[in-house]
Amino acid sequence: MSFMTKPKVAHPGLPRNQLGLTRRDYEGGMSTLCAGCGHDSVTAAIIEATWGLSLRPEQLVKLSGIGCSSKTTAYFVSGAHGFNSVHGRMPSIATGAIAANSQLYYIGVSGDGDTLSIGFGQFAHAIRRNINMLYILENNGVYGLTKGQFSASADVGSKAKKGEANQQPPIDAVQTALTLGCTFVARSFSGDKAQLVPLIKAGMMHKGFALIDVLSPCVTFNDHEGSTKSYEFVRDHYDAVVHADFVPPANEITTEYGAGEVVPVTLHDGNRIVLHKLDPDYDPTNRGKAINYLRDKQAHGEYVTGLIYMDSKSLDFHDVNATGSTPMNQLPFAKLTPGAQGLAKIMERYR
Amino acid sequence: MQPTDTSHPDHYHRVVDCQWACPAHTDVPEYIRLIAQGQFTEAYLVNRESNVFPGILGRVCDRPCEPACRRGRVEEKPVAICRLKRVAADHRDDISARLPLIPATKNGKRIACIGAGPASLTLANDLLPLGYEVTIFEKWATPGGLMRTNIPSFRLPASVLDEEIRYITDRGVDLRLGSPVDSMKALLDAGEFDAIFVGSGAPKGKDLELPGRRATPDVAAHVHIGIDWLESVAFKHIEAIGRRVLIIGVGNTAMDCCRTSLRLGADDVKVMARKPRTFFKASKWELDDAEEESVQIIVNHAPKTFAVENGKLVGMWFERMEYALAGERIVSERSAESVFFPCDDVILAIGQENAFPWIENDIGIALDQWHVPQVDKITFQSTRPEVFFGGDAAFGPKNIIWAVEHGHQAAISVHKFCQGLPVSERLPPLLNLSSRKMGIHEWAYHNDYSAVERRLMPHVDLKERFRKINIEVELGFTAEQAVAEVQRCLNCDVQTVFDAKLCIECDACIDICPVDCLTMTPNAPEGELRGMLKAPARNLTQPLFVSTPLQQTGRVMVKDEDVCVHCGLCAERCPTAAWDMQKSTIKIPYARDETTPCMKQPARKTA
Repeated sequence: MSFMTKPKVAHPGLPRNQLGLTRRDYEGGMSTLCAGCGHDSVTAAIIEATWGLSLRPEQLVKLSGIGCSSKTTAYFVSGAHGFNSVHGRMPSIATGAIAANSQLYYIGVSGDGDTLSIGFGQFAHAIRRNINMLYILENNGVYGLTKGQFSASADVGSKAKKGEANQQPPIDAVQTALTLGCTFVARSFSGDKAQLVPLIKAGMMHKGFALIDVLSPCVTFNDHEGSTKSYEFVRDHYDAVVHADFVPPANEITTEYGAGEVVPVTLHDGNRIVLHKLDPDYDPTNRGKAINYLRDKQAHGEYVTGLIYMDSKSLDFHDVNATGSTPMNQLPFAKLTPGAQGLAKIMERYR
Repeated sequence: MQPTDTSHPDHYHRVVDCQWACPAHTDVPEYIRLIAQGQFTEAYLVNRESNVFPGILGRVCDRPCEPACRRGRVEEKPVAICRLKRVAADHRDDISARLPLIPATKNGKRIACIGAGPASLTLANDLLPLGYEVTIFEKWATPGGLMRTNIPSFRLPASVLDEEIRYITDRGVDLRLGSPVDSMKALLDAGEFDAIFVGSGAPKGKDLELPGRRATPDVAAHVHIGIDWLESVAFKHIEAIGRRVLIIGVGNTAMDCCRTSLRLGADDVKVMARKPRTFFKASKWELDDAEEESVQIIVNHAPKTFAVENGKLVGMWFERMEYALAGERIVSERSAESVFFPCDDVILAIGQENAFPWIENDIGIALDQWHVPQVDKITFQSTRPEVFFGGDAAFGPKNIIWAVEHGHQAAISVHKFCQGLPVSERLPPLLNLSSRKMGIHEWAYHNDYSAVERRLMPHVDLKERFRKINIEVELGFTAEQAVAEVQRCLNCDVQTVFDAKLCIECDACIDICPVDCLTMTPNAPEGELRGMLKAPARNLTQPLFVSTPLQQTGRVMVKDEDVCVHCGLCAERCPTAAWDMQKSTIKIPYARDETTPCMKQPARKTA
């Protein structure tokens, strides 16, 4: 933790987005995480992505639970709305907020403990309801805040800092999400912003629940030899399967690709995601095949990364519940409160 | 790109822009830190080591350091480096006990210096502690050279000049005032000296031979040559000038001429410039100071004739010029009309040149077609081995700080020559690095960025300052101003030192850098690599730092030094200490460093 804040001074040649803002305008408070924490790189990737999307800070809602990961929301876009919830209960808060206002962009940041242990049920139901949010899981396989116990995502055989090996099988967030029907499933690595930044953009623009499981090494408790979530191990066992490029409607698709197949996917709002299949046999639109592929790679100790599965035509929470598009805080009082007569009418339905 | 060779002293030296730009390589960040600690005497001595005249230069230096200052690229204005030098000089304690000791036993070698200007004085300063006997011949009755004759006393008080010159001349120099050297041949033939150093300046002001220039003696008496006129004012031979004065030329001498005129009775002073403002030779701050005093600067007027009526100078005719510009370059020009400006006096400040009427052709000193000696650019030696040149006398008019540097270099040459060593073999500069790490996030320097803007120099009230010619206009920074200004220095000498072997490529440094000067990328040729930077540099003259390949991915760490604010956050956020903040100290060799180890150093005597 640094004693000084990041100086406000910036490079005079910093590029500006459509709003005339620089990356620096999307920063938050000074991180108090350990030096070298993967989570800080995720923060930087979120800053880069929200800047690149030219979001107005007040269009963004950031939500989190408890844990090192959940501190992340304090470190980007100071001007956004934010809610730091009880441990594992961020999806409930997000569901409520999303129900009340469909016009904002929601980023939830959670960790492997917050998501796969205490908040596992919440996580599952947020996916099931297909609430329109980007859910970033900063996954380091360890409880860093309580000094390095194995978390639910720790791999069998992965060693703790003092040498003991983990015996219990991990919960794989990506496979879990796929089986639960998640409509946007990705995995990435905090040390690969070239992959992560476009994924965050795509996830934010996806209609429905978007999960990005980000391998984000704990530099203090899980970056040693024998760990399967260290910077070095992840780089050695990295299998990028589908690279996703986010392309706004105004831009031409100009990126040149080498071998492999390129699939442009048009989103509900005209934005496009260009899927570049690094493995030509892989099909990111087939849920069953994706699950098999992941299981196969997992058996070989590989981390499959990239945009693993996407369903751009799914119905989200608002579609299913036929909610109105006007945010509740903009509805006239009379419409929002039915009054005694209206209440009586509603009650009558249940008699 | 090849990995950067940081063991070459120039790499880190170039990061310290001010020090690199200073001809004498003054250790600017070091003395600014000492001022910040209230150690004014030490700050003064750090200055004196390289620039010899901190009090003088703190007022009138051409300050090549300031346009180079990184702060000027990070925000608009550089650190007021020059005026902080004056702060150190103004607040210092007595330093006489801390000057180098002069040995009582001399080494038997006698050196003659011609002219008591900054170059000769610096040479004497460097050679006296080595046991040399130095004689300085000065044509005027006071030492200082152009520092006294050409810089008006309202910019540089005589007391400041006298004190800093006495630090040298009072320590055993045989100073022969009122003793011009009329013949180099005679001096050489007398055989009194083992080496001769010519630091006689560029004393000849350029004239402007236009119609009417010499129409009558009265006209000639009212057309002055700038540097000669300033000299006459300095020695009180001239104490008045007409009410309306035209200055021809727009260099720094012109600025001194116009401001001096205002103090000698003129109230309508115009500086006539041939070209647009972007072509002015005067420093911006000198132009500002002149304009603050209501001097009018008139652009695009080329002098044509002196207007004479009844034998008297009544004004000048000019051509009003129109220029077609392509960027910074004039592509064509034409005269639009002739314009008349009335005046009582004209001062010509259009440049100056060397003149050596006292150096004979047949004494082994090779002279070129303009009768200017051929001087080696590094050793300052002429073609006659025992004769050396420095200051404006060597390569034409430059400035004081260059003269000081010439003095240092010539001192090395004279010393080597007198010891029978090869003059061209010179010690290289050295570089030392030492970590500033104190604790986990503590550094032995103030690393937080201060957002304060450059302090404004307080000036004497506009009415008050014209009361006498020698009222110093600049008051110097107050303590409060100095405290704020020193915090603007970015400590560029506290270097970001990278060890590729330790890096785990976690991106922490890249994410935290406030000015986006770090990038991890696959290596590429420089042009391509510059395009891949997180925020491409605007200043392409500053070299990139490129690491050796990183362990995990084989990428390289690239640092664009251009706008690094040396906040140390890269090192604070680095989990493996692959980045460290290390202070670089550049050791510039002087004559004393050339002494052989067995040479006896004088014992320190108590007073």
